Amino acid sequence: MEENEKSRFVVTEENWSLHRKGHQDQQRHLDKIKEVLQSNLPDLISEENIILSNGKNVVKIPIRSLDEFKIRYNHDKSKHVGQGTGDSKIGDVVAQGEQQKGQQGTGKEAGDQPGQDIYETEVTVEEIEEMLFKELELPNLEQKEQSATTIEDIDFTDIRKKGLIGNLDKKRTLLSAIKRNAMEGKAEIAPILEDDLRFKTWNPVEKHQSKAVVLAMMDTSGSMGKFEKYMARSFFFWMTKFLRTKYETVDIEFIAHHTEAKVVTEEIFFNKGESGGTKCSSAYEKALYLIKESYPPASYNIYPVHFSDGENMTSDNRKCLEYVEELLRISNMFGYAEVNEHRRMSTLMSAYKSIEHPKFNYYILQKNRDVYFALKKFFEKRTEGFR
Amino acid sequence: MEQAIDEITEIANGFGLDFYTMRYEICPADILYTFGAYGMPTRFTHWSFGKQFHKMKLQYDIGLSKIYELVINSNPCYAFLLNTNSLIQNKLIIAHVLAHCDFFKNNIYFSKTRKDMVESMAATAERIADYEIRYGKQQVEEFLDAVLAVQEHVDPSIVRDIKPSADAFETQHPRKSEYDDLWKLDQRTVTGQQSIEMHKKHPVQQEKDLLLFILENSRNLKEWQSDILTMLREEMLYFWPQLETKIMNEGWASYWHQKILRKMDLSPSETIEFAKLNANVLQPSKTSINPYYLGVKMYEDIERKQDLLAKKAAELGDRAMTGREKIFEAREIENDTSFIRNYLSNDLIKSEDLYVFQKQDNMYKVSNQEAESIRSQLINMRVNGGFPYIVVEDGDYMRNGELYLVHRYEETELDLPYLEHVLPFIHQLWGRIVHLETVLENKPLIFSYDGHKVFRRTK
Repeated sequence: MEENEKSRFVVTEENWSLHRKGHQDQQRHLDKIKEVLQSNLPDLISEENIILSNGKNVVKIPIRSLDEFKIRYNHDKSKHVGQGTGDSKIGDVVAQGEQQKGQQGTGKEAGDQPGQDIYETEVTVEEIEEMLFKELELPNLEQKEQSATTIEDIDFTDIRKKGLIGNLDKKRTLLSAIKRNAMEGKAEIAPILEDDLRFKTWNPVEKHQSKAVVLAMMDTSGSMGKFEKYMARSFFFWMTKFLRTKYETVDIEFIAHHTEAKVVTEEIFFNKGESGGTKCSSAYEKALYLIKESYPPASYNIYPVHFSDGENMTSDNRKCLEYVEELLRISNMFGYAEVNEHRRMSTLMSAYKSIEHPKFNYYILQKNRDVYFALKKFFEKRTEGFR
Repeated sequence: MEQAIDEITEIANGFGLDFYTMRYEICPADILYTFGAYGMPTRFTHWSFGKQFHKMKLQYDIGLSKIYELVINSNPCYAFLLNTNSLIQNKLIIAHVLAHCDFFKNNIYFSKTRKDMVESMAATAERIADYEIRYGKQQVEEFLDAVLAVQEHVDPSIVRDIKPSADAFETQHPRKSEYDDLWKLDQRTVTGQQSIEMHKKHPVQQEKDLLLFILENSRNLKEWQSDILTMLREEMLYFWPQLETKIMNEGWASYWHQKILRKMDLSPSETIEFAKLNANVLQPSKTSINPYYLGVKMYEDIERKQDLLAKKAAELGDRAMTGREKIFEAREIENDTSFIRNYLSNDLIKSEDLYVFQKQDNMYKVSNQEAESIRSQLINMRVNGGFPYIVVEDGDYMRNGELYLVHRYEETELDLPYLEHVLPFIHQLWGRIVHLETVLENKPLIFSYDGHKVFRRTK
């Protein structure tokens, strides 16, 4: 610091390294974003960007609620003053509408009008998974006997006084030497005696491999439109992801049905539309057949989930009920999701209402965000027992 | 550096600039941007500042903005310089901030701002931090969110009006200074017998200072909340003149950094770098007004015209103010709106190719090139610091203690989604139903928030 009397000024350079206020409040802002994400989970889950991103892991999500709201003018409806290069005429285009929107404070002074300040934040699919899966749990988990494939692994879990010199735990060895020397009244490390040596020792671990299969069934009759399919798609997307965190292998089989059921590829499942009437029992029959053929309940955790708009042929309902009972006996959970925007009483629903089985779950989806609630319903946390 | 400051200070003194003792602090980028985001090094903490800081720092990191000046209206006057700036960058900034300081010291609108705000804000920050410990971070943050949403709705003229005349006091205005009315809430009952006779509208006159009105009349504020509200209002009143003199203040500073640096002995490479920097700062924009640029042009225009006048006067054996004297006068008595009204001449508008533009079919198009419309549009944008003008019409609406606000509509509609988000904040402060009347498509429209939902209805 140097005082300059004559010209009335002081120049200083302090040590600012401890000044963290900006960073702290920035962290608070980030935390708030996370809170918003958490509370917007129902909307995020059905966010098309994510469902369709597949390979791409980072999604940009515009968040509105972190704006600093003020009473302000409507930018689009007000007049502004700008400045040309000398030859502007009435009618000249000075900016495109959309560009103006994405503008996020370019330059130092963004003029008098605040640009549309949509806060875009990047979220990874993992982050969303983490938030979502925290709220879910596998119902009716059963230990499957199948243990033909066990993995041998080793885990260092123990410390012993004898062992291979390559497994010497140096830190613990030094500590015990210091302790022993201290007990003898010396504040030294040396000497290190043989008695001080500590070795890491391992135990073999056996892990059982667990398997699960999702039987994705969907009504592809004429009445299932784009929206209905998208709901099913989002649901299966998250369901599969969730099961993968719980089981080592998760298979998924796609069964499309109208009056007949077919095992199809994912692509066809979500994209192909067919017409005709609906016989849901055909899908269940196919599911039972698949289980019998390739997914023995003894070694597989089975999750049949059926998406439909509920418009089933009334005559078929009895058969459906029978098959569902059968499926329930061998599955971990059976889910029936009805995409039904107007909440009318569907024929199938009226039949299923009578089922009372702890493994049977149904949910009626009306809008995008219901995917989240359907997931929560089917994989509800019930550690405290049944409700 | 010291030498450069010495030289610049001397030249500035020679030009007649009049500033406080300067304290230059040299600091690293993230500190400078912290101060920039908070508006003051000692301000309280809030996530919105963190957001701003992040944004500014990001732009710095990717090289969008390298030069940034921060000067604080205080005595002594603090100016912050970036430790990575080149000497010529710092020279420009030093000259620039000296002129800012001159403006702070001499412009009438700044005359009532507190010059010890650095310390005062530090005290505020400390108290808020203390409330966080006592009442919970969450609680304090939620309250700050609400206050910050309406913080611009103060009435700076109260501060200027230190003593209204005695009869004004009797008849309508029951307050003497901003402090009196904080504590003597019961004054109003004494002002006349009218209040006994019938239900009188309260406030008697429309009240521009929403924060003050809430402070005095809300039944919902705890003591610590009133305290925070008082302090934040104080801070806004301090910042207010800066919002009202953007074009003048930046124009003044830019005018002088040019004049001062041209008087300095710069090396050829410095001269080139200065020219580049200067062109950058004074870059006009097609979609907004660059206050630095327009300000400089206006001062130059005033000076040139006044010099002509003075010359003519001299020929007639008379004496008129010189151009230089004239701009010093303007910097003393005007704010942006009066500056534009009085000095933005038709030929300047033409030579600078100013125009009015607005959105038509998803494109922003030039819609008007008449001087009068441009001038009035510019003024409109600067009135009330650029914020919509809101007044309290009734603090006991429906005789139910509801708050009725009116937006003084002048051609520009409000951003309705934003408004619908702000009403709950006002409700949070007021504690009862809140209404706001505005105009949409030439029809009056009332927005109300009852604690659950925003309703719209026509009047």
